[in-house]
Amino acid sequence: MESILQVKNLTHTYGIGTPFQRSAVEDVSFDVQPGEFLGIIGHTGSGKSTLIQHLNGLLRPTSGQVLLDGRDIWEAPKKIRDIRFQVGLVFQYPEYQLFEETVYKDIAFGPMNQGRTGDELDHAIREAARLAGVRDEHLEKSPFELSGGQKRRVALAGVLAMEPKVLVLDEPTAGLDPAGRENLMANIRDYHRNKGATVILVSHSMDEIARNADRILVLKSAHVLMSGPPAEVFARSEELLSAGLDVPQVTRVAMALRARGVNVDSAVYTAEALERELLALKRGGAPC
Amino acid sequence: MLKDITLGQYFPGNTPAHKLDPRTKILLVMLYIIALFCAGSFVAYGLMALTLVVCVRISKVGLRALVRGLKPVLFIIIFTGVLNLFFTPGARDLWAWGPFHVTDTGLRNAAFMVLRIMLLIMGTFLMTYTTSPIALTDGLERLLNGLKRFHVPVHELAMMMSIALRFIPTLIEETDKIMSAQKARGADFESGNLLQKARAMIPILVPLFISAFRRADELATAMECRCYHGGEGRTKLHVLKYERRDYLALTFGAVILALVIALRAFGL
Amino acid sequence: MSEMIQTESLRFAYPVNEGEKPVYALRGVDVAIEKGSFVVVLGHNGSGKSTLAKTFNAVLLPAGGKVYVEGMDTLDESLLLDIRQRVGMVFQNPDNQIVANVVEEDVAFAPENLGVPTEEIRRRVDAALEAVGMEEFVTHAPHLLSGGQKQRIAIAGVIAMEPACVVLDEATAMLDPTGRREVLSAVHRLNREKGITVVLITHHMNEAEDADRVIVMDDGRVAMDGTPGEIFSQVARLRHLGLTVPDTVDLLDRLRRNGWDVPLDALGVEDCADAIARALGKS
Repeated sequence: MESILQVKNLTHTYGIGTPFQRSAVEDVSFDVQPGEFLGIIGHTGSGKSTLIQHLNGLLRPTSGQVLLDGRDIWEAPKKIRDIRFQVGLVFQYPEYQLFEETVYKDIAFGPMNQGRTGDELDHAIREAARLAGVRDEHLEKSPFELSGGQKRRVALAGVLAMEPKVLVLDEPTAGLDPAGRENLMANIRDYHRNKGATVILVSHSMDEIARNADRILVLKSAHVLMSGPPAEVFARSEELLSAGLDVPQVTRVAMALRARGVNVDSAVYTAEALERELLALKRGGAPC
Repeated sequence: MLKDITLGQYFPGNTPAHKLDPRTKILLVMLYIIALFCAGSFVAYGLMALTLVVCVRISKVGLRALVRGLKPVLFIIIFTGVLNLFFTPGARDLWAWGPFHVTDTGLRNAAFMVLRIMLLIMGTFLMTYTTSPIALTDGLERLLNGLKRFHVPVHELAMMMSIALRFIPTLIEETDKIMSAQKARGADFESGNLLQKARAMIPILVPLFISAFRRADELATAMECRCYHGGEGRTKLHVLKYERRDYLALTFGAVILALVIALRAFGL
Repeated sequence: MSEMIQTESLRFAYPVNEGEKPVYALRGVDVAIEKGSFVVVLGHNGSGKSTLAKTFNAVLLPAGGKVYVEGMDTLDESLLLDIRQRVGMVFQNPDNQIVANVVEEDVAFAPENLGVPTEEIRRRVDAALEAVGMEEFVTHAPHLLSGGQKQRIAIAGVIAMEPACVVLDEATAMLDPTGRREVLSAVHRLNREKGITVVLITHHMNEAEDADRVIVMDDGRVAMDGTPGEIFSQVARLRHLGLTVPDTVDLLDRLRRNGWDVPLDALGVEDCADAIARALGKS
């Protein structure tokens, strides 16, 4: 399959020629397939924020390339704005970017910058609001009257309304309570599944990534530490832990069980999977 | 990028210039400015320039950093120079073309004005380069303490200034973030005429204002929770104290001012 | 008395526009926080947990009922400074509670306000920074620190008042896992080594693991109150209140429904593994 997004040997260096010169991203390469759900995990300062700002051309690589549909996004620097419509980026705490009088107008900002008008614009706004879980009766309200979680959905709708090919989310659930987190992730999962959309999720919650991503990219101090499907990544849990990263709580239980001589797969990361393994083990009469 | 702007520039150091009490430095700058306005001859300006060079040497700030500080006001310096050069009436025309006259007095005045502004700015910058903003605020508060009797809210003003200094980097970072977020939604800040450019700022300014008010509100609560109740009965972690070097420096400043006045009296 | 904070049928409503009916955020709360204890208050957004915290040092005043801090009525205005000095409060956004642009100046802010003599301020600033493990950052600029470090500075700023109790109002909500761990271990240390009462308001379940007591708020009332083991073993009830249980408890709950004999209160990873190993006949 043709990759939708390719990052090739990307390096970004801040403060070139000053004593503060520092590479936030160094020689990072990866591909994203159409319809894939990619999770990116890493510490604060691992370079993930810098990395994702390259995907829609907010930052320009010091060296290396970003290809969208096989073409370098910086091929025509004057048209970089078009790239931003195709790769939608939702920043951390996006509710702080709302500015319009009504929710409807705020969601319209992106598609209007695209030059859409009339019924097409209206349709894009309403569809985005539906996907992001913004209620109809909120559309004519001021965004500043809404609760924190509702504001965040409005901000998400503002990006979805541009109908991007790739959706990039930076810590979309930060600061929400468990119910709010779960509801928002459910909306994102539905959007991914029903639209066959490509989604890149950045998070420091290993549990959240484990539950949603098809493939995980682990960043550590500006480099890719490992990448692969969740089971492959969590099979290297020891390595993750020694790199100072979290592993899902269930994986840690599995590791602790293995240390006690219980023969379970230490790459499990959901309670359901570990439950299945344990039940099978008990039925099989606990082999030593 | 906005982040590259440094405001209230301070170069930490451990020289005698850094160690002086901030009040001393503020007073010295005031003496220096008075002296500059009293100076009326090349000898006097030479003395002032020499004083500055000596102070720069002591502070180890580096003349280049000071000269760089002149850049933003370069236009004003040139403008003043040109104005004085061409439009000062004088006894003897050296050169004339239509309304433009270059006279001997004009030439002298232009040179003096340019020197005065340059020295004034560099002298003030030397103070801000060697004094942390917080020490400067503290010094100002103490110097103006007497004005409290006339109901001037000295403590409140100083507190506002130090909070402003604290929040400048935070707000710059926030502006950067909001700009990126709006650009990600296709906002265009570069093209269009002046009106369009001004309108393009709305998606940045509205969120920035809302956030500034929210921050102010939360900060006020946090300050009250830490028992803030105005300047009354407040003590300080760092108490300002005049040392021997402060008296020496002030004497030195007074001598320079006296010299400049004396030069003027003798018509030099 | 051994109560640090006590509330009696506490009610509170946020101001509304004229003509609208007030909506009560707290509708009759009776809790007593014992001195020296580590109490975690859980609840979903809008449950009233943050409102409750703000009544603990008179940031919000009761609209009905009473709040006593070491026996002092928070409605008594003449006691305001004493109450705030006894109960320190740390808020959610680290950027919006740091006052000065040098770490030591910020930590000194509260003792300066209290009129503490200069040498004593110095001692308190150093002690407070050491207590949160930030002693190397005395002269740093706060805006260049990480979220977890900023929040520890905010805690130090409160500790410098030498309070008997610290209330953390969702102080970990905006932090990454590393920052959250830093802050948690700092407050646990304060509780253990200095005997400071800690009230931690949060919606992260696993922060409650090591608490002495967990209070769950719902709809302006106390819905559950007990030890972490007692609270987290009520899986269905917690879910009903819009809270999730830690994955360890979820796993144990699943095994129990399959007829396994495992306890539900093994919250920690190691305890959970022990319980499962025991049920499998290994130890």
